[in-house]
Amino acid sequence: MPDATELELTAHELRDRNAESILGTDFGRGDRAVLLVNPAHVIDVLTALHAKGYTFLASLHGVDYYPDEPRLGVLYELLDMQNVDRITVKARVHTDDPRIATATGLFPGADFPEREVYDMFGVVFEGHQDMRRILMPEDFEGFPQRRDFPVGGEPVLFTYNEETTYGKWS
Amino acid sequence: MALDTADYRRREESITYSAEPAGQGETHELLTLNIGPHHPATHGVLRLLATLEGEVVRDIKPIIGYVHTGIEKTAEDKAYWKVIPVVERMDYLAYYFNSLAYCGAVETLLEAEVPPRAQYLRVIHLELNRIMSHLVWLGTSALDLGAISMFWYCFREREKILDLFEMTSGQRMHTRYFQVGGVMEDIPRGFEAKLRTFLADMPNRADQYADLLEKNQIVFERLHGVCPLDAETLLSLGVTGPLLRAAGNPWDLRKAAPYCSYDHFDFKIPVGTVGDNYDRYRVRHAEIYESVKIITQALDGLPEGPHITTDRKIALPPRHELATSMEALIHHFKLVTEGFRVPPGEAYYPIEGPRGELGCFVRADGSAKPARVHMRDSSFVNLQALTPMVRDSYLADLIATLAMLDPILGGIDR
Repeated sequence: MPDATELELTAHELRDRNAESILGTDFGRGDRAVLLVNPAHVIDVLTALHAKGYTFLASLHGVDYYPDEPRLGVLYELLDMQNVDRITVKARVHTDDPRIATATGLFPGADFPEREVYDMFGVVFEGHQDMRRILMPEDFEGFPQRRDFPVGGEPVLFTYNEETTYGKWS
Repeated sequence: MALDTADYRRREESITYSAEPAGQGETHELLTLNIGPHHPATHGVLRLLATLEGEVVRDIKPIIGYVHTGIEKTAEDKAYWKVIPVVERMDYLAYYFNSLAYCGAVETLLEAEVPPRAQYLRVIHLELNRIMSHLVWLGTSALDLGAISMFWYCFREREKILDLFEMTSGQRMHTRYFQVGGVMEDIPRGFEAKLRTFLADMPNRADQYADLLEKNQIVFERLHGVCPLDAETLLSLGVTGPLLRAAGNPWDLRKAAPYCSYDHFDFKIPVGTVGDNYDRYRVRHAEIYESVKIITQALDGLPEGPHITTDRKIALPPRHELATSMEALIHHFKLVTEGFRVPPGEAYYPIEGPRGELGCFVRADGSAKPARVHMRDSSFVNLQALTPMVRDSYLADLIATLAMLDPILGGIDR
């Protein structure tokens, strides 16, 4: 795991390449090193980190930081298998036009995870070959993992007397 | 931006070839074949849209989401300790792994210490779970290859493991045995003897499986040299676990970044050479022996001490204290009603599941409920490797490869 100094050095190095790419760093519990990047330059940062040895994209997932702005976060959990080192790249986008470039060119394995983030949060990955819903039905409206999406069911054929049936207690 | 249904259908169509001349004035056409979602060979509700040229698979598109139950959304509405049962139901053959990934992430955020005895008990159950998962895989995969009897033999041993789970937690599946800060209860009397009987028995049983399968010419020819994929492609697709190790890359988080005191145990990482279906089978089969070794060492060296953290802000006080201690009663009440609060932060906790890296991301906002739980399920990522594996091979090999991929749809759809 990189320590706080190493994270700062990495951020510094990336700023030298592109001054606007890194917005900040965060070193948290469990030695979690996070680079907060400008969503416009996320591919630059990922490419540079890939060249540094972080060649494995362990996970790509979305987070909704409601009510903070920019609300949506796309997190890339990168792994350096040689030095067993993990670093997280975080890009935050606004909900009104959530767009970010796709990482599938660099990590082909980002295909399904990016579709999942689109499905759940509505972040459009530009340049993705096959940007459609993956887990929800294709005609589903809304992005269910957003924090302002209500929890609860939707009416189907069998829910007309749901409130009165035995076992319904919520 | 919502994509309309017609556009979705257009993208779903995988045909990129037109009718090609087959010589002699004939043309052969590509056939789109729908496999699943309700098909016994797809190991769950997986739907595959296969484009066939004769019997050769030219392209394949997995369509998933049929058992999507919104577990990650449900988790955001529950107190931290009430999330454990729901995340266990994601990958339903690796419930101990799911709960460890989640509990580990929460423990990281709480900076909670897990007592050594709890860590060893966790290892015992994790490795039993790994054997159990591999047994289900072996039984159902052999079934796909036409070997009916393997299924009964594998499930016979699986029953014994489930009996052991029932002894420690009262449940056979989705046991909720792992808690934040340790495990629910210490192992009961009689568990050790029963586990030792199982450990003595299991390697012999695994030998018998090998005798049944590896000396069978049909199984050998169905697996050997079929649908290989090299380690670089697998890594670029994010594939980990036995599939990657079958291609010769010995990446295993238990060795590379030990968690839960895995560094205390002496075990080997089985690797393959070419990464074909036979290697995939051999690697998982060899892992059963290694898991038995780990469990034996953990049982021999099981340290004394508490089985869960003594921090009363996280773990429930013992039942007998409630009658005598006012503080215990208050802690009990607070934990059962509101649950514990976790200071704001984010954590990603990766472990080596039976199918590869299983990572849990938890974001805490300071309340008693997680603000985001995301499971990086290995089956979900590994499924992307199916298309490059089976392209230009026979349809029958697609079924064998899908079995050797070992996808668990509960984990893929979550």
